This record gives sequence, structure tokens and C-alpha cells, in this order.
Amino acid sequence: MNFPAELKYTKDHEWLKMIDDTTGIVGITDFAQSELGDLVFINLPQEGDEVTKDESFCDVESVKAVSDVMSPVTGVVAEVNSELEDEPQMLNEDPYGAWIAKIENITEFGDLMDAADYEAMVQK
Amino acid sequence: MKLIFEKGAPGQHLTLMPECDVPEVELSCARKTAPKLPHVSETELTRHYTALAKRVHGVNDGFYPLGSCTMKYNPKINEDMAALPGFTQIHPLQPVETVQGCMEVLSTTEKLLCEITGMDAMTFQPAAGAHGEFTGLLLIKAYHTHRKDTARTKIIVPDSAHGTNPASAVMAGYTVVNIPSSDDGCVDVEALRKAVGPDTAGLMLTNPNTVGIFDKNILEITKIVHEAGGLCYYDGANLNAVMGVVRPGDMGFDVIHLNLHKTFSTPHGGGGPGAGAVGCKALLKEFLPGPVVEQCPECGLYRFAQPEHSIGRVKDFYGNFDVVVRALTYVLTLGKEGIPDAAKNAVLNANYMMKRLSEKYTMAYAGPCMHEFVMTLVDLHDTTGISAMDIAKGLLDHGIHPPTMYFPLIVHEALMIEPTETESQETMDHVCDVFLQLWDLAHTDPQALHDAPTKTPVRRLDEVGAARNPVLRYVAG
Repeated sequence: MNFPAELKYTKDHEWLKMIDDTTGIVGITDFAQSELGDLVFINLPQEGDEVTKDESFCDVESVKAVSDVMSPVTGVVAEVNSELEDEPQMLNEDPYGAWIAKIENITEFGDLMDAADYEAMVQK
Repeated sequence: MKLIFEKGAPGQHLTLMPECDVPEVELSCARKTAPKLPHVSETELTRHYTALAKRVHGVNDGFYPLGSCTMKYNPKINEDMAALPGFTQIHPLQPVETVQGCMEVLSTTEKLLCEITGMDAMTFQPAAGAHGEFTGLLLIKAYHTHRKDTARTKIIVPDSAHGTNPASAVMAGYTVVNIPSSDDGCVDVEALRKAVGPDTAGLMLTNPNTVGIFDKNILEITKIVHEAGGLCYYDGANLNAVMGVVRPGDMGFDVIHLNLHKTFSTPHGGGGPGAGAVGCKALLKEFLPGPVVEQCPECGLYRFAQPEHSIGRVKDFYGNFDVVVRALTYVLTLGKEGIPDAAKNAVLNANYMMKRLSEKYTMAYAGPCMHEFVMTLVDLHDTTGISAMDIAKGLLDHGIHPPTMYFPLIVHEALMIEPTETESQETMDHVCDVFLQLWDLAHTDPQALHDAPTKTPVRRLDEVGAARNPVLRYVAG
């Protein structure tokens, strides 16, 4: 299981990578994809959507179930990775490369963990 | 196996038509090309469908413990009644004086099902459960709108709910508020108290709940919602556990749907058609879909009437009428004693299987259960690599339909078992033996379970491939 040190993590298994002070990209963690199993569909947000920390902004679907993806920050969707719509398996194959959305105008952060704390949490 | 379109050859057909003895006329709107219909003889056709029938598994083939679906046996007397010419040789537009018997069926079934559920009125228009949910939510919406209480935009749904609950609420134009379950799988009363407010339109709940536990706080729960100005919706999915024993109306629910195809033994699954009858308390009666059947107090004749503020039709005519005939037959066959007996036996059977399987399997919630129970196979998966899916596939090789898998979502590696009241102890013992054998096999030869099923017409299907690249349309070659 992979926990890149440069990322921040939520307790709901999303990662956040900051690009500058108010812009970041968001995805789901390696642990999340392995728990969910093979993903077959993603319901992406739209550019311009306002997202709120700890609230669902996207959902992913495996053969088993549909799961919410929670936003680590409060901000506005600047861009979405629409490649995932055709190839949701990228979320399984490369969870830290398969970013879901770029969020700008970030005004607030949820409770985020560094890699070591997140790793400790999922190993429990 | 070949599709019907791939069988036969031009010239083969079913009936020998007499030679046409009237002149043929060219129509300007006639098709340019003939439709691609199968060319098969009657022999080929019957063999084709018989072959298909041999590949399916129904309650008539064997055990079918699909949790939350109540796959009970459908008594054949239901079919005899539904086939009576008075019910089949009719037209929905014929004058009401000539279909009084059919209208009496609708009226009597409404009366009896209202008695069983504690409701005041019922419509049979909705074609299935989710359709009933949608209809029920429209009644709630009509109620608030009629009172000019338009700030109520939210429907509260517990996280253990059937996926159709939040979906129906969104379809009806509501925002869904999800509330967590407490550790015993029931509604977290404090979380509910925090969630309700002047924007609460209603709560959707099933009791016993999705993990097979009767929520003992139900009166408190419905009171909290009512005090906040909301209404309470009862999802009838699990009524089989309590029918004739307790009534949703007495629990404080205002509107309810019944899956006649679950609880009241009408055809279920792909074949259907279903019926999602919606019952309501008097305060919602004026909003019911029309027309409804009423009896003239003077002459005794049945007639159709339009509720004063009806939300309008939700289906053409009167719903799946012949399904209602079957449900009525079931209720009248069982009677006042039989209805609660069926519920009690459903609960007894579930507890019997739960107890036997507890020998090796881990239950998600401590017993006793109601009509169904949920096992969690997380430990088995961690120690052997065998998942709930693998056990389900293993059951197929024993001619047993798997339980519901990976539901409810709050339980990991879930298998949800609902035997229903119509299974004998011998059958349940056999199924429990198979479950326990598969547990041992997971430890001794896990590969055998990864390879299962091996005796079915098709082996393990590529579910991921089917979901990622679905082929939804057959194009004739």
C-alpha cells in the first residue's frame, strides 16, 4: 500500500495535493481503491461547482456499491479529469495519478492528515 | 446457446394461414424492409423457451434466500383465481356496471390491506416498490404544498436504507439527508433529533430495518419527525416480518408502500409484473392518485371517484389489476390467523438459520433477528482470501440461490439471508450444511471456491467487464 509523503489525507480516504496556496487537486487513496474493488463508473462534478469540506462532491461505483467521494476542502471546481469517465479503472491502477478534480479558491480545509498519520489510521 | 434470432430459416413458421381471399392493398406508410423476425417452427420455439427455462433458478427450483426480497412460494391457487374469466375477459374502458366484481376486488383488497397496515386508504396504481416510494413522496409533497409549507425540502434517510429510498426522494425533487445508524443497526435517535427541522419534509424508514432488527425506538422516531412538522414514510420491504402482528400505522407512519410481490405472494422478479400499493392515513387521502374505487352508500354499486386534490395518475388505468387479485387470494386464504402465523414462521426460520450458521459464521449484529439476518465475512476474507462473492458462487454449485451480497452497505463482506416462512426445516438444514461445508472448503481448498461455480450453464461471469463495457443492444446479423 502506497502513501506518498507529499500529499494530505482525509479520514474518508481522499488525498489532496496543493499546487499553490488556494488551488489543489483531489483523488481517492490507494487504500480506498483497494477497499472499493474494481471501479466501473464515476459521477464527476462539473466545472464551477462549489464544493464544501467533508461533503460529497462526486461518487464512484464498483460492482458492489456506489460510494460518495468527500471533498477535503471548500472551494470551486476549476477542472475535472474527464478521462476517468471512459476509463474508471485508472482509479484502481494509478490512484495517485488519477486525479478527480482541481479545486481553486480554496477557503477552508477539513481535518487533514499527513502520510504517516493516515498510514497509521488505515493499518488499525 | 443460440438466440431465437439465430435459429431457424426463412420459410419456417408457426401456423399455416389460409390463402388470402381479399385483395391486397399497398399502403403508402408500409415498411420498406421486412422486420427481422425469427423464422422458427412451433417445435423449435417451445424447445427454445424450455431450454431457457431450464437455465433459470426460481423458487420452484430450489432455495432462494435473497435477503430483503422475500422470495416466498407463490401458492398456485392465486393463479387459479387470477385466471377466472371474470378477471381476464375484461377491458379497462368497459362501463363500471359491467365490472362490479373487479371493483369489489379492488375495494376489498384495499380494506383488508388497510386493516393489516393501519392505514385509511390505498391505491394500487404503482407498478412496483420504487414506484410506490415515488408516489408516497409525491403525497407528502402535495400535503406540504397544499398547506403552503413550501420550505420543507429535505427527506431523511438512514444509511442502512435500500438505495431506492434516496433515489425516489431525489426523483420527487427532495434533497436527501443521510443519518448514521447506531451500533445496533437501528436509527441513531440523537442524530435524527439533530437532523430534523423546519426544512424536514419527511423520514423514510423500514421496520424491521435492513439488517433484520426491529427498531424498538420507533414511536420516539416517528414522534420526533412529526414534532418537527414532517411526515413518516414506511418502506414495506420488510413487512413480512410483522404483518398481522404490528401495524405501521400504529408505529406512527403516515404513508406506506407494500410490495405485493414480496409480502403477498404475487409473481416476483424478472417476470413480475409487480405491484407497489401505496396506503396512507386520512390526512393524505385527498391527494391519492385517481381514480379510486368507492361504494355508493345508497345503491351499493362501486364507482370511480377522483380524490379532491389528486396528484394525478401514476400509471394507466388501475395498476396491475390481476396482481391485486392474487394478493387478495393470498390474504383470504391465510385469513386473520394465517397472516400473523406466516410472519411468525418467517421470523422463526430466520432465527433457526442464524443460530445454526453462527457455529462458524460471524453475524453482523447480535440476535435474535426478525425475518432476515446479515453475516459479515470480513474475518473469513482476511484469513482465507475467500470473499462473500466466492461463498455465493460456491452455493450455485449446490443448486442454491445465493443470498443478497454486499448489502446493506454499512456491513462489509455482507451476506444477507431471508429464508421466508415457506421453507421446511429439512431444506434449511441442508442449506446450513452446505454453508458450513463451504466455510471448511475456504480453509482447506480456497482455490476450489475461487473457481466456483463449475456446474452451472455459465461459469463465473466478468461482472467488472459487463459494467465497464456493457453491450445493451443485440444487432441482428
